[in-house]
Amino acid sequence: MPHTVLILGSGALKIGQAGEFDYSGSQAIKALKEEGIRTVLINPNIATIQTSEDLADEVYFLPVTPEYVTRVIEKERPDGLLLSFGGQTALNCGIALETSGVLAQYGVNVLGTPVATIEDTEDRKRFVDRLNEIGATSPISIATTSVGAARKAAAKIGYPVMIRVAFALGGRGSGICKTEAELIKRCHEAFSTSRQVLVEEWLGGWKEVEYEVVRDAYDNCVTVCNMENFDPLGIHTGESIVVAPSQTLTNDEYHMLREIAIRVVRHLGVIGECNIQYALDPHSNEYRIIEVNARLSRSSALASKATGYPLAFVAAKLALGYPLHEVKNLITQKTFACFEPALDYVVVKFPRWDLKKFKLVDPRIGSEMKSVGEVMGIGRTFEEALQKAVRMVDIGAEGVTEHPFTYDDLEAALNAPTDTRLFAVATALASDWSVDRIHTYTTIDRWFLHKLARIVACKETLRRGGARLTKTALHNAKKLGFSDRQIATLTGSTEAKIRTKRRSHQITPFVKQIDTLAGEFPAQTNYLYTTYHATEHDVAPSGTGVFTLGSGTYRIGSSVEFDWCAVNAAQTAKKLGHTTLMLNCNPETVSTDYDTCDRLYFDEISLERVLDIVAFEEPNGVIVSVGGQTANNLATGLAKEGVYLYGTSAEMIDQAENRHLFSKLLDSIEVDQPPWKELTNVHEAKRFAKAVQYPVLVRPSYVLSGAAMNVARNARELDEYLKLAIDVSREHPVVITKFIENSKEIEIDAVAKDGKILIYAISEHVENAGVHSGDATSVLPPMRLYLETVHRIKKISAKIAESLNITGPFNIQFLAYRNHVQVIECNLRASRSFPFCSKVFKHNMIDLAARAMLGAELPQIDKRALDIDHVGVKAPQFSFSRLKGADPISGVEMASTGEVGCLGSNLHDAFLKALQSTGFTVPKKNIYFSADRIEDRVAFLESAHKLVKLGYALHTDEHMLPLLREKKIRARQLVLHDVPEHELTRQSIDLVITIAVPNGKASHADSFRIRRAAVDLEIPLVTNVQIAILLVESLAYTAKHEPEIRAWSEY
Amino acid sequence: MHTTHKEKNNVPGSIQIEDGPRFEGYFFGRRLGTQEHMTGEVVFNTGMVGYPETLTDPSYRGQILVFTYPLIGNYGVPMTDSDEGVSRYLESNAVHVRGVIVCDYSFEHSHYAAVESLDAWLRAHGVPGLYGVDTRALTKHLRERGTCQGMMVNTPARTRKSVVSPPVSEGSFFVDEVSVAAPVRYERGKKTVVLVDCGAKHNIIRSLLVRNLTVIRIPWDYDFSRERYDGIVVSNGPGDPTQCEKTIQHVRRALGDDKPIFGICLGNQILALAAGASTYKLPYGHRGQNQPCIEAGTNRCVITSQNHGYAVDESTLPRTWKVWYRNLNDNTNEGIRHTTKPFMSVQFHPEATPGPTDSNALFDTFTQLL
Repeated sequence: MPHTVLILGSGALKIGQAGEFDYSGSQAIKALKEEGIRTVLINPNIATIQTSEDLADEVYFLPVTPEYVTRVIEKERPDGLLLSFGGQTALNCGIALETSGVLAQYGVNVLGTPVATIEDTEDRKRFVDRLNEIGATSPISIATTSVGAARKAAAKIGYPVMIRVAFALGGRGSGICKTEAELIKRCHEAFSTSRQVLVEEWLGGWKEVEYEVVRDAYDNCVTVCNMENFDPLGIHTGESIVVAPSQTLTNDEYHMLREIAIRVVRHLGVIGECNIQYALDPHSNEYRIIEVNARLSRSSALASKATGYPLAFVAAKLALGYPLHEVKNLITQKTFACFEPALDYVVVKFPRWDLKKFKLVDPRIGSEMKSVGEVMGIGRTFEEALQKAVRMVDIGAEGVTEHPFTYDDLEAALNAPTDTRLFAVATALASDWSVDRIHTYTTIDRWFLHKLARIVACKETLRRGGARLTKTALHNAKKLGFSDRQIATLTGSTEAKIRTKRRSHQITPFVKQIDTLAGEFPAQTNYLYTTYHATEHDVAPSGTGVFTLGSGTYRIGSSVEFDWCAVNAAQTAKKLGHTTLMLNCNPETVSTDYDTCDRLYFDEISLERVLDIVAFEEPNGVIVSVGGQTANNLATGLAKEGVYLYGTSAEMIDQAENRHLFSKLLDSIEVDQPPWKELTNVHEAKRFAKAVQYPVLVRPSYVLSGAAMNVARNARELDEYLKLAIDVSREHPVVITKFIENSKEIEIDAVAKDGKILIYAISEHVENAGVHSGDATSVLPPMRLYLETVHRIKKISAKIAESLNITGPFNIQFLAYRNHVQVIECNLRASRSFPFCSKVFKHNMIDLAARAMLGAELPQIDKRALDIDHVGVKAPQFSFSRLKGADPISGVEMASTGEVGCLGSNLHDAFLKALQSTGFTVPKKNIYFSADRIEDRVAFLESAHKLVKLGYALHTDEHMLPLLREKKIRARQLVLHDVPEHELTRQSIDLVITIAVPNGKASHADSFRIRRAAVDLEIPLVTNVQIAILLVESLAYTAKHEPEIRAWSEY
Repeated sequence: MHTTHKEKNNVPGSIQIEDGPRFEGYFFGRRLGTQEHMTGEVVFNTGMVGYPETLTDPSYRGQILVFTYPLIGNYGVPMTDSDEGVSRYLESNAVHVRGVIVCDYSFEHSHYAAVESLDAWLRAHGVPGLYGVDTRALTKHLRERGTCQGMMVNTPARTRKSVVSPPVSEGSFFVDEVSVAAPVRYERGKKTVVLVDCGAKHNIIRSLLVRNLTVIRIPWDYDFSRERYDGIVVSNGPGDPTQCEKTIQHVRRALGDDKPIFGICLGNQILALAAGASTYKLPYGHRGQNQPCIEAGTNRCVITSQNHGYAVDESTLPRTWKVWYRNLNDNTNEGIRHTTKPFMSVQFHPEATPGPTDSNALFDTFTQLL
């Protein structure tokens, strides 16, 4: 047994690699701790549970790169290393460390699956060779190292062909090429990031099936779960609607693929967890192995939640050398990990896309991942599980048939998959298209289409019946997964009336357990879901307890940080002796782990379902303030139904959320805010904008991450943005405020009790106002604020806390121009930055908030403990390289998919580490600079001078060049024409700084092309002038200083 | 509009559990008339695939089967052709269960190999099914109470309360019904095995034939001592093994020779009984495809397909026999073998179908002994 084990995390959440690795890493740490092993974790994702104070023995908020990991190995001297719990990031880093000999040098053993096996699965050629050795078939595939070779290979296989890029996470760079021209274009891009590109046979229309396999060191092997994609092959499994277990496979098919999976896993020598993906011919038993992931993955997280089998925990135990039959099944507590779960329900995973958040992005989905999160619906029928999932994903669809999407060309919508194709299928069915016809366009298996047809038929029945809704029709609709609101819409009623009617007929859902063995043995499981296909509950009501609402799907603006909040609130409630209940529907989370709460409901976070569960469980109250905006939005509805809410009252939450009410409140307590106006008509809006002078900010109420929030610089833009704002927030007012340029943005995160602040953290944004707080780089404690500004912020916050009588967590955002402070927003819930602030200050603010809300005794906060000598920097992670065609720029609407937080003794050290944690590499020689506006060019002059002094070669455009010449700063003009890629490559540019107009609509086409080219070529890109200046300062610092390698506990 | 006409004329039905609750649902397969009923021992199976194989498994003779997996019928039913009387894709040429209970019957099926729906197939075989039943609640009841009798009835709402408890039909002997009527010879290679058919799943026959063994498939009570053979396979079958007295006698006599014997499922129990050990009834049996077994004294585990209600009492095994496999969930016996002679048997199904193929190699082990 190793003494000290190093675990590599996956870093910031990004497309293709998200919260699932918080779950897997956390379970691995728990599994090791149980053995008394010392654990050291490297993960710059400060919002994760795995980086909490009570898990790993030492936590390093550092980039997961070979350089930094080597330094930590030098310092901590681990004898074991876990690579398979931190996604592709950890895996790639581990391979690099093995190859460079670092692991051998320091005597570090890779636990579990050996590196050679990992390489077998990552290098396509080796992979295919290994499969051939045991007669397992993979698609015809030709490895190429040049565009010319790829062309030849494609000609040999015949178009269409599939292009795959080696060593890419989430299938990046992969795609279908129907013509040679497409092939050439794709290959050019692919070879810029990889030395190997594979040209493969195209298996369009084949079923896509996955198996999750575990194997121990004694060669015992089980398949924990299989899954079938609703979308046939061609759409990345992360982009597919997935159902578990498989639905259309016969015994022979299921077990043929299972047997091959086991054979492959044994042959490759995996120890731990492994995922294998197949293509299966829908007309024969021909199959192809698409890929093997010799590590925990998104699919394994899904499989774990779908079955209740703690895959990551078991994988960690197996890596330590335990045999499967000696690892306990933690769900049943009676059986062991050596078995295959039997499900008596069905789960449907639905991806969450946020494509609308990105300017210019291609809405089509395919072999590359674009989704940012997912949900899992559980039911006793496919229809029930699917309709739940459609609502859980929170995109404005109330079900398969009630959705906001319209299709001008149905045929095209069915043919070319997009993020809304499911709804196109429903629309086609409703327009009387036959299942066969839809199958022709989509190649989706008829079984799935028939199930959708049943939902559509039920909708018709409801619609025709209208107000004469019978008990039977109502019950049938509920069994097919229709929500009360959906039924209300179809029958011309209201959600409340349908609920009353339903209850009067005793049509209520039943609570069932997920026990991994379909009821065969009694199990002590606390993992629950609701269904209408039942006649009895599996469990008795708690009759007490604290019911915490989780955050639902990860999406832009709401991800792992709210899971941290929900888990911490629940843990505190548990510590205080309460029975704890949790509701969430996101399989990537720790809050949905078997050991987080006394009872876990894996179900919809909706008013209907929360009321159902509250009616059954009768808990003492509900916490809505730690699950982000989704949970918070339920406050008013729950309070109206008499549900007790812990903490700040629903009325006060509404006061803060409703921009109109909030602005009025600020006026009444004489707190300054930018001039604002509630929209009544466009004409009035324009008059207001003219009076306060453009630019103005348009914002709808009750939204997260600035959806449809925009800065309008003229009347034409105002028109457009107003329309958008009304679209997203029909029920709530739209407010216009004066937008103040060049002001600083400051946030306070705090906890109060009965209107009195207990603890607070003030952080400043590096970027000037105009960049959404989720996309901003924040610094805690603030380094560059006037003391007076800080005082004002404290005073204002105290006033607001008092007037809203806040109990619990809250967050206020401010604008500061010189010493003038204005309030722009207030959220009476935990904000995205709570884990960051808690970890920088080493004071768990959610623990305190939970104590305040639950009326527990409060610990004394030593104010001096908040006077820290280090600084934390939180930086956004963007995923633009995944989003073909999107403009990589941030504005008032959030676009980042994750964040990191690093600590340092000074700002420059922490800032650079944070930046490196998001994938930034320190430039070696050539830097390109341009700016769209003259003021940004001038602002950068001093930094340009520093860069040249540091020995960098500066390249610039024709606008900046004369300014530099004037200051005698050496620079070369770089003419970037239509295809900037070529010149950037030729000049070996390793940092691109192009400062865009913040929120500028008509940003230069030229500068867009440069930004996009930088992203596509994986050249680090900076688009904000304040960041650019701080970066140059940090580069100057780093030229003289080594980065600080200190564990969290050493600050 | 897309109709759901297949369900339009829903016929309500229910299953009354002996001394227990009644579960309501709707008929598929054969719709029982108002005066009709169907009784049988109610058992549950936790497999997630393979309903056509399961329903044709002779070991389910006389039973009403509850599928715990809720979605049944998805891929229809394949061709039911047979070669030399051996079904090509299924486990026998008949549906052996008396009734089927599911949560969600899939009225539309989709699979290239399907020739008809499960509904039509069951109707053709005169087997009633019920869907819309809370099968988890029913399973839990069976688990807690132990296996019991049940009666499927057509229940118009008004008369529901008047249906009495079903008659208890213990003591039926089903092996006789499912065994082959007279010996059948399948000519293949030089080596010959006698297959004692107590209700053999056809994949046992196929597994032997594919290994180029000539098979003499004989009735359960047939005296095979006059036959020329190299080894014996004792098949699976329904019910209480102690009822197969003649088989036990014949096998006991064969234990005097040194020819290899391989028992499967009921065959395991018969071998144990022939060796002098005893068997007992499990509270609710093992029926599923996820049963973990460990080879005694090793770290080797296999996931197995199972269908049995009785088990071998290990404490009664004579000294010359040892435990071969055990169930990891409840530690019951899963196989025995002789310490010196080539006699061995397993409680699980190495032929799978339905279920995992992990232990398929046991047929090779046996073949190599011949």
